[in-house]
Amino acid sequence: MAPFAILFAFVFILPIGWAVYSSFFRQIAEGGGAYGGGKLVNKFVGLQNFQYAITSADFWTGVGHVLVYTVIQVPVMIIAALALAMVVDSFVVKHVTGFRLGYFLPYAIPGVVASIIWVYLYNGQISPIVKGLAAIGINVDFFADNVVLLSMANITTWTFTGYNMLIFLAALQAIPHDLYEAARIDGANGWQIAMKIKLPNVRGAALLAMLLSIVGTIQLFNEPQIMATADPGISKSYTPMMMALNTSQGTLTPSGDGPASAIAIVMALIAGVLAMLYTLAERKVNE
Amino acid sequence: MSSATVNERERRRAERRLEKQRAAAEHDLPRSMRPSAAVKVITVVVLVVALFYFLFPIYWAIIASTKSPSQMVGTNGMWFAVGLGDLPNAIASNYATLLGWTRGNFWRWVLNSLIYSGVSAAIGTIAAVMAGYATAKFNFRGKNAAIGVIMACMLMPAALLTIPQYSIFHSLHLTNTMLSIIIPCCVSPFGFFLGRVYAQSSVPDELLEAARIDGASEARIFFTIVLRLLAPAMVTIFLFLFVATWNNFLLPLMMVSSDTLKPVTLGLYGMVSLATFTDRGALMMGALLGVLPVIVLFLGLQRFWQSGLAAGAVKG
Repeated sequence: MAPFAILFAFVFILPIGWAVYSSFFRQIAEGGGAYGGGKLVNKFVGLQNFQYAITSADFWTGVGHVLVYTVIQVPVMIIAALALAMVVDSFVVKHVTGFRLGYFLPYAIPGVVASIIWVYLYNGQISPIVKGLAAIGINVDFFADNVVLLSMANITTWTFTGYNMLIFLAALQAIPHDLYEAARIDGANGWQIAMKIKLPNVRGAALLAMLLSIVGTIQLFNEPQIMATADPGISKSYTPMMMALNTSQGTLTPSGDGPASAIAIVMALIAGVLAMLYTLAERKVNE
Repeated sequence: MSSATVNERERRRAERRLEKQRAAAEHDLPRSMRPSAAVKVITVVVLVVALFYFLFPIYWAIIASTKSPSQMVGTNGMWFAVGLGDLPNAIASNYATLLGWTRGNFWRWVLNSLIYSGVSAAIGTIAAVMAGYATAKFNFRGKNAAIGVIMACMLMPAALLTIPQYSIFHSLHLTNTMLSIIIPCCVSPFGFFLGRVYAQSSVPDELLEAARIDGASEARIFFTIVLRLLAPAMVTIFLFLFVATWNNFLLPLMMVSSDTLKPVTLGLYGMVSLATFTDRGALMMGALLGVLPVIVLFLGLQRFWQSGLAAGAVKG
């Protein structure tokens, strides 16, 4: 226990404490002037950093991006994963190993690499998708302002659907087969078995996957960061995570650890509240 | 090791049995229950379309990795730009371009990724199994609180921790070192969770009792008995940690600035973020070569993934 506890304290607890502590400070140049040239000192600023985060329009735009993204991407991915798991688990088709492996393969591709590949596939000059669609009269711009969020969602969906499918598949295969036999004797058809037996039995797994996916999308960073290399429309504060990074690295003002920590803490709180709301809602539905 | 191989053999046998049952089930179905031809066709179409969606980008990347910048724009994206006979030359020239853009550091980056992922996964796995075993089999004060805190951290967006981690490592003068990536990646609440679940299910209390009566010390019990029983579980945890570190992008982006310390993901990002960068084909080759080790791990150890996900699914 001890080694894990020490590492855990160093990597999780200490940084949380540090984030809370530093969020009350701001680095300013000695002497007060913005370009005073004095050495930087930490100054206690109370809740000013939080005030900055909460009243910043950029921050809430970023939160908006993430929320829209979550609301679209997570259900699409979970439903697709569930549907694929059901199909693979059904007795309709034999030899499903190849499919299972193929669906899971994108998970092995790092998010950065997946994003680079997809950014090229969105590029009108080189993409066979854009060219093919144009040839049949559909012109799409994957980087258009109102489409770019969907383009990003597609990258995440591509990477993680197979992973979630395997989770559901494992849950489906844990269902005792007597249940199916009993249902068949009672005259249920394949569709009814899927809806009345399989679906309720994977609910727990689905809830967990949903929760972890929501937490994952809150920290949306890799996809927009890579997309930004191809699309100048994606700003440095496109998502709160990007905003926090750029604030701490000094490419956004006010800069420094204080404001960055404040952003991170507000995001963590939002994530916690979302996770709690989701669990409560789920419990209500179950009752 | 022998107990692990016996387990493995049994598992395989069970799998084969299940497969047979499946095949039999299809034949035994009453005529009215057998899937109709239409249902079969629709199912196969759905499966194939989905497969196409998941594999198409990888296929495209393989094709693109053989092309020069002008061929990327000018030729059919779905097939090689040159005849199959000229392919080795095309590959060689893109490979040379890739090494040129990376200033000869490409394999260094891959090696770095292997070191970061391998070391942190090895340490992380041992730590996670120890902690999982301790909380599953012993009672101590504050145990439930500790489990609660770790579980809460599993739901916490880990990326948000990267910034304070950077500040702390910076004040310890550890940024821009290998340790700054390895240490944060050693700790995984998910690994702890898996270690705990496995220790609960596959380490029998009777065995521990017997060993204690025989006079074995707790340390000896852990290293000679428990670790052996948990060997398959450890492979699973190792895999998850390895891939998580390999895929982590934000952490190295913040922590590391020297060219020779970059993992391969960060190196490739450095290439695309250059405004002057045009050799997309060479980059695709780098991307493919860079994910090769993970793909090999995936295909080679596939069933360990499934058992890990199964533990998560059933418990969750």
